[in-house]
Amino acid sequence: MSGSFLQLRGLSKRFGPQVILDAIDLDIPLNSHTTVIGRSGIGKSVLLKCISGLLKPDSGTIRLSNSTESNPQFAYMFQQNALFDSLNVFENIALPLREKEKVSAQNLSERVNSLIEELDLQNAATKYPAEISGGMKKRAALARALITKPEIILFDEPTTGLDPERKFSVFEMIRNYRQQFGFTVMMVSHDVPEVFGITDQVAWLDEGKIRYWGSPKDLLESPPIKLAGFLNPKLSTDKPAA
Amino acid sequence: MFVRIGRKGISFVSELGELTIFGASSFGSLFRQRHTFEKLTRSIYEIGVRCIPITLIVGFFTGLVLGLQLYYVLTKFSSESLLGQAVALSIIMEIGPVFTAIMIVGQAGSALSAEIGIQRNAEQIDALQTMNINPLAFLVSPRLYAALICFPILTAFFDIVGIYGGHLTGVSMLGVDQGAYWSRIYEAVSVKNVMDGFYKAMTFGLLTTIICAFQGYYTHLKASIPGARGVSQTTTRAVVLSSIAILSSDYLLTSLLLEK
Repeated sequence: MSGSFLQLRGLSKRFGPQVILDAIDLDIPLNSHTTVIGRSGIGKSVLLKCISGLLKPDSGTIRLSNSTESNPQFAYMFQQNALFDSLNVFENIALPLREKEKVSAQNLSERVNSLIEELDLQNAATKYPAEISGGMKKRAALARALITKPEIILFDEPTTGLDPERKFSVFEMIRNYRQQFGFTVMMVSHDVPEVFGITDQVAWLDEGKIRYWGSPKDLLESPPIKLAGFLNPKLSTDKPAA
Repeated sequence: MFVRIGRKGISFVSELGELTIFGASSFGSLFRQRHTFEKLTRSIYEIGVRCIPITLIVGFFTGLVLGLQLYYVLTKFSSESLLGQAVALSIIMEIGPVFTAIMIVGQAGSALSAEIGIQRNAEQIDALQTMNINPLAFLVSPRLYAALICFPILTAFFDIVGIYGGHLTGVSMLGVDQGAYWSRIYEAVSVKNVMDGFYKAMTFGLLTTIICAFQGYYTHLKASIPGARGVSQTTTRAVVLSSIAILSSDYLLTSLLLEK
């Protein structure tokens, strides 16, 4: 697939005798939203961790077009947000800039405050993570991910533990901010078919391989037999997103 | 049985190697990050300032007890006038560095291990890595240098308060001559004795901080149970191993320093 922004080739990872990722090939286009779906424990998060560098793949390559060493282009949104309890929201958002870039205090403050405003976190700026709501924590974590202007953000099950209404708000937030800031999204999610409403591509991971890659519309119209079994319990009760 | 002993031996040596690499990496990474002074100051506050009360309390009572015990031993040889010398040398060379280190481990070491363990479980260490921030430089290194600074200072506080505790028992309560108490200390205690105590304190600071940080940092690998109980397990292990490290290295250091 030409013109892909993130390219995975032959990516493999095993833990002991257990093969988690088996020579995975995947292409993520620029400014797109790709969601990796699959059963629990199948290796979706391992795939994201290999891409982000948290885990070292046993073999294979991960290539990001236009990547430069000095400007890390990945940002990672963790399931539990991974905000630092001892830092307030402002300090959490400022952390990557303070630690890695030579910016003046004024410039740093301007950049952080601008994001705080755009993500509607004004009331939470001086509060600690324990003092704010779950939605605010998600937005604060997203602001921290956005502060270094990454080109791709990896979302690891961003709606885990949220009620349906909050799930919808998180998906909306991701869609809106992706449009606003223009980053590429790769997301791992269990929320099928709700997530189909915001994603451009779906990658189905099963037994270490990507068994399906394509648009959610095509997937819902003619799912592969095995994937239909994975989708059916949900499809029988929920109306698929358009 | 031999196989089991062999496996345990290999595992011990392997862990010792990991610990050494962990310590060396943390030690070498302080100045490869930004805002070093700010982080160091915060760590000095956590390890040093917050441990002052407990160090003073324990130092004072240790001095009181030591004054009492040594007085009764020395009375048997009619050498009560040597009380100041005995109290001061025991505290400065041995009890001061060891007790201070154990107190700091109990307060700051356990907190360090638990904090890093919780950060590991909450994926905050992974978050640092994804932000391209070296977790060892950010979390461990400032504490390691702070320990090198704070352990000798707190030991000095312990020494002073302990000697005054011995004075309170010996001079004020048991009637030892005040002039004899202080003059014996002045005659017997050399700068080398004080410095030896500080070298010990620095070694204990280095060892215990590395052990506590290591246990917390690898809580997901070291604990047999994940989550909060895992953190509690590694924190307990950190305190126990640190105490063993203090006492065993104290023996080695004492042998080396007394030979000089």
